[in-house]
Amino acid sequence: MSVDTAAPDDLTGTDDRIMRRGFGLLGRGIVAQKWWFTVSVVGSLLYGAMTVADAWVLGWATDHVIRPSFERGDVAEGALWTAVFLFIGVAVLRALGIVGRRLVGGLVYYRLIADYRRRVTRQYLSLPMSWHHRHPTGQLLSNANADVEATWAVFMPLPMALGVVAMLLTAIVAMVEADVVLTLVGLVVFPALFGINVFYQRWLSPKAARAQSLRGDVSAVAHESFDGATVVKSLGREADETERFRTATERLRDANIEVGRIRSVFDPLLEALPNLGILLVIVLGVGRVASGAAEPGDVVQVAYLFTVVAFPVRAIGWVLGELPRSVVSWDRVDSVLAATGSMQYGDRTLPGGGAVQLDLRDVTYTFPDADRPVLSHLDLHVGRGSVTAVVGSTGSGKSTLTSLLVRLVDPQQGRVELDGVDVRTLTHDDLASTVALVPQSTFLFDDSVRENVTLGSEGIDDAAVWDALRTVQAESFVQALPDGLDTQLGERGTTLSGGQRQRLALARALVRRPRLLVMDDATSALDPDVERRILAELAARTSDGTGPTVLVVAYRKATIALADEVVFLQAGRIVDRGPHHELVVRSEAYRDLVDAYDQAREAQ
Amino acid sequence: MTTTTAERRTAAPAPASEAHEVTGWAVIRRGLALSPQVMDGLGVTLFLALLSTVGASIVPIVVRAAIDDGLGDGSQMDEGRIFLYAGLTLVVVLLTAVAGYAMRIRLFTRSEVALSDLRVRAFRHVHDLSVLTQSSERRGVLVSRVTSDIDQISLFLQFTGVMIVVSVGQMLVATMIMAYYSWQLTVVVLVCFLPLWLSLTLFAKHMSRAYDTVRRTVGEMLAVIAEPVVGASVVRSYAIERRTQRRVDAGIDRNYRANIRAQSIVAVTFASAGVAGGLANAGVIALGVVLGVAGGLSMGTVIAFAFLVGLFVGPAQQATQVITDAQNAIASWRRVIALLDTPADVVDPGERGTTIPDEPLGARFDDVAFAYPGGPRVLTDVDVEIPPRQRVAVVGETGSGKTTFAKLLTRLMDPVEGAVRLGGVDLRDVPFSDLRRHVVMVPQEGFLFDATLRDNLRYGRTGATDAELETAFTDLGLADWFAGLPQGLDTQVGQRGESLSAGERQLVALVRAALADPALLVLDEATSAVDPQTELRATRALETLLSGRTSVTIAHRLSTAESADRVLVFDAGRLVQDGSHAQLLAEGGVYGRLHASWVAQSNLPGRMDA
Repeated sequence: MSVDTAAPDDLTGTDDRIMRRGFGLLGRGIVAQKWWFTVSVVGSLLYGAMTVADAWVLGWATDHVIRPSFERGDVAEGALWTAVFLFIGVAVLRALGIVGRRLVGGLVYYRLIADYRRRVTRQYLSLPMSWHHRHPTGQLLSNANADVEATWAVFMPLPMALGVVAMLLTAIVAMVEADVVLTLVGLVVFPALFGINVFYQRWLSPKAARAQSLRGDVSAVAHESFDGATVVKSLGREADETERFRTATERLRDANIEVGRIRSVFDPLLEALPNLGILLVIVLGVGRVASGAAEPGDVVQVAYLFTVVAFPVRAIGWVLGELPRSVVSWDRVDSVLAATGSMQYGDRTLPGGGAVQLDLRDVTYTFPDADRPVLSHLDLHVGRGSVTAVVGSTGSGKSTLTSLLVRLVDPQQGRVELDGVDVRTLTHDDLASTVALVPQSTFLFDDSVRENVTLGSEGIDDAAVWDALRTVQAESFVQALPDGLDTQLGERGTTLSGGQRQRLALARALVRRPRLLVMDDATSALDPDVERRILAELAARTSDGTGPTVLVVAYRKATIALADEVVFLQAGRIVDRGPHHELVVRSEAYRDLVDAYDQAREAQ
Repeated sequence: MTTTTAERRTAAPAPASEAHEVTGWAVIRRGLALSPQVMDGLGVTLFLALLSTVGASIVPIVVRAAIDDGLGDGSQMDEGRIFLYAGLTLVVVLLTAVAGYAMRIRLFTRSEVALSDLRVRAFRHVHDLSVLTQSSERRGVLVSRVTSDIDQISLFLQFTGVMIVVSVGQMLVATMIMAYYSWQLTVVVLVCFLPLWLSLTLFAKHMSRAYDTVRRTVGEMLAVIAEPVVGASVVRSYAIERRTQRRVDAGIDRNYRANIRAQSIVAVTFASAGVAGGLANAGVIALGVVLGVAGGLSMGTVIAFAFLVGLFVGPAQQATQVITDAQNAIASWRRVIALLDTPADVVDPGERGTTIPDEPLGARFDDVAFAYPGGPRVLTDVDVEIPPRQRVAVVGETGSGKTTFAKLLTRLMDPVEGAVRLGGVDLRDVPFSDLRRHVVMVPQEGFLFDATLRDNLRYGRTGATDAELETAFTDLGLADWFAGLPQGLDTQVGQRGESLSAGERQLVALVRAALADPALLVLDEATSAVDPQTELRATRALETLLSGRTSVTIAHRLSTAESADRVLVFDAGRLVQDGSHAQLLAEGGVYGRLHASWVAQSNLPGRMDA
């Protein structure tokens, strides 16, 4: 509970500062879209002016058409046509104003959102992996989506609010011209409308934000409960789950009711206020007309003003109510935009072709917040066209080692060399075309099978794609997909199993004919049989000189056994290396590790 | 993961019957009937809503009276009468505001209470549907039934629906007042708004199509924005930053264009309502003056009409949006109703059921067949008896029916033919509470809830003490692993348990199962490789867990099949081989083939040398 309410409380605590920063944010958006924003404000001013003009025309018509005609008993024809023309003209201009205000105002808002989404995602693409590791995925996604939206949401009502300010000023001028005393009514009612609106929005928005966050909680409980349905059902926890859901739902219900209470008080009040104003105008107007100080048309005009102005005035409340939320969201967006750093690449390309030789020289890597290095003083030589397996228990540094090779991170000390060339001196494209990393968890794009394999590389034709798919034993399942290579994968497409996904990730690496292939436990979800066939094919290519140098992180013996050499890693250091059959004999720790499955079986 | 996909694909669940496409009104009636809390006093609420429109409608009457009573020509003013009118109107306006307040409070409170209840009922119903455990693809859809769909209904009950009632009420009252004053001017006003009303449905259709596009592009945009975040390392290692940026930009751009299109429709409808208002005013003044001069109308009437026209403009501006919202809400309501109308296919017999004897359990399949609704048979003619305390391994290729066998045994589904019995009792006759006490299924992925370790373990035994939980670790030989957790039972396991490794999640799932202490355990063996030390721990813990119980394991490993008392081999939905590992090996057949591929995998130099 305290967590949910904390944020809004903080907001009210430092009210002035938030408001000042909010106006700064408005300035930033206005400058960014100055031309379109100007058009929308002009539209809104037109709308505001025409709204007041509407009332003025009615007043004018009253005094120049209606009353003279009724008094003389004869239609004041010329003035009547003028009035008709004015009514229609004002309505058309006002419509233009509305289009300007809503359409162009929307344009400003959506342009800002699109622009900042592009900026945020560009940051995601340029910031180094170490930055990505420090930020949870969910947070980054919401920075680019919900936060950018909320930052600029205030721009939706902003042009209207500015138009309304102009409208109020015009209205007061029109009133002063009509009658001073009646103006006083306006000077009471308008500020009251304005004040109540602001107060309303400021009271409502923290509560509405709280309801929104509780809505998220309800959805999270439902997601989790349905995802874990087998556990729930198998352990007979349906009733308890329902209670858990009920608790979240009832908190949301109570928050919504609280929002509803505020609305129930203010909405009728805001509806009643202009009507009260009209009554006041009539009561006072009677005296003014009787004393000859005002014309009946003036009274009609001022009364009518209240009916047309009342609703638009709410826009000012919306802007001020939205500002605190915009500021908070902007802080989150800004933290992404302000982040600095990017991976710098060199300008060299690696000469020659075919498998490369890999050397790690005195490599030490420490995670940003860790006190101990995960890899320390590592020296490793992997010969051209060899298959090397990296074996080690969890946390021994295997995955970190693989990420150094494609420069997802750089070591704090030491060098990684390909054919004797420091990887940091290579261009990004050259490094990527030389080394291919297949990670443990597969990421597929919401795109076709073909695009998931080629990743848009133009030099790869379908024959090459099928060839890679054949190598990873994926040919038959891809052929069985509804549209073959064109089958759409992902959210709105076909869902693949873990093993199928891993095979596509492997094909993605192989199709680019890398000179060094790095697999980080990349076959864990495959059927053992399929895994064995894929690895045997890879190893055969490497040994006949047509394939890449291979570095593979593995648990399963099938994988390890295909390696020419095994590197045994413990706590970030290479403790032993050599062919598998030798290590098994001389290292007890190694034997324990690789035989764990079999030991488990023998224990039975 | 790999094993069940094919089965899930065929498990395409019959979509909640939408065959009978009922009308919007029928949906609303049915929906309201499902939520009696809303119906309770709805008449009063609607009456209050109509009452609250009176305040706006009465003002033009006063304006007319004031003008005709002297304000108009300023000569013989009856101030007393004007003040009287104003005073009466003041009272009406205030009463109207009070009615508006009472109406809203009633509406918010009752609809929220009703919808939170509907949410909970729908949630519970989803858990009673076997589709939940059959098809992972459908889960997201089911979540939206209890979240966004209900939110849409709430929006309808609290705003859109009320706005329709109030707007229609306001326009009716205004029309009646106008008709009373002058039918000719009323005709003028109606004619001016007529084209707008006639085109409303057209606007609404465009708008709802535009919003559909917006929603679709939002989904596509979210997917491509996830690429540089979730796929950060792939993007880096393949140097496809530029391509990714192009895709992201294109997604953002499509969403932008869709929004602008929707926005322009809104702007046009808003603007045209204003133009209609202007035309109406011009027409009223022109004809009003002509008629007035002819002696049929008073000056106050003509001016009052200008105020009355204003009552049409607002509703006309909102109408398109209101229609679109109402359509969305009715569609949501229809989906929620369809969900609640889907019969729970695996029914709890409850009190009337027969309990399973508290003794070592045997299981029996009597000529069992299974098919998903509308699908082909995925299991046929299974007739097998599993005696108490036997350890059974079920093997077969993907799609062979072995997972279906396990799900029938735990009654996650019911057979279409034959019966599954435990301790001699047909599973369909066993109350859920009793069934879950005797049978527990441990799924492949050790799914944990985003809570503490303690909370997760208590899923196995409600109200277990910390001492009991710790003993369970010790009993399974996991005391050392448990001791290594700095936070102990207070360890937060994270979403889906992802703060723990896959192997550790399996350990927790085993302890959870041990706490439930069932007589029959059904296990779906994990296929993905985990860190060997954890694997060893899990294997030993499992060994302890299985001893003294009947167990059925969907086996993916040779070692599991080898150590079982009995192996059941499934192929293409049939039980094709049944016997010990040694017997089946001698028989060859399907098992021979499976075994050969296992051996190729594990019988490697390491073992021979060791």
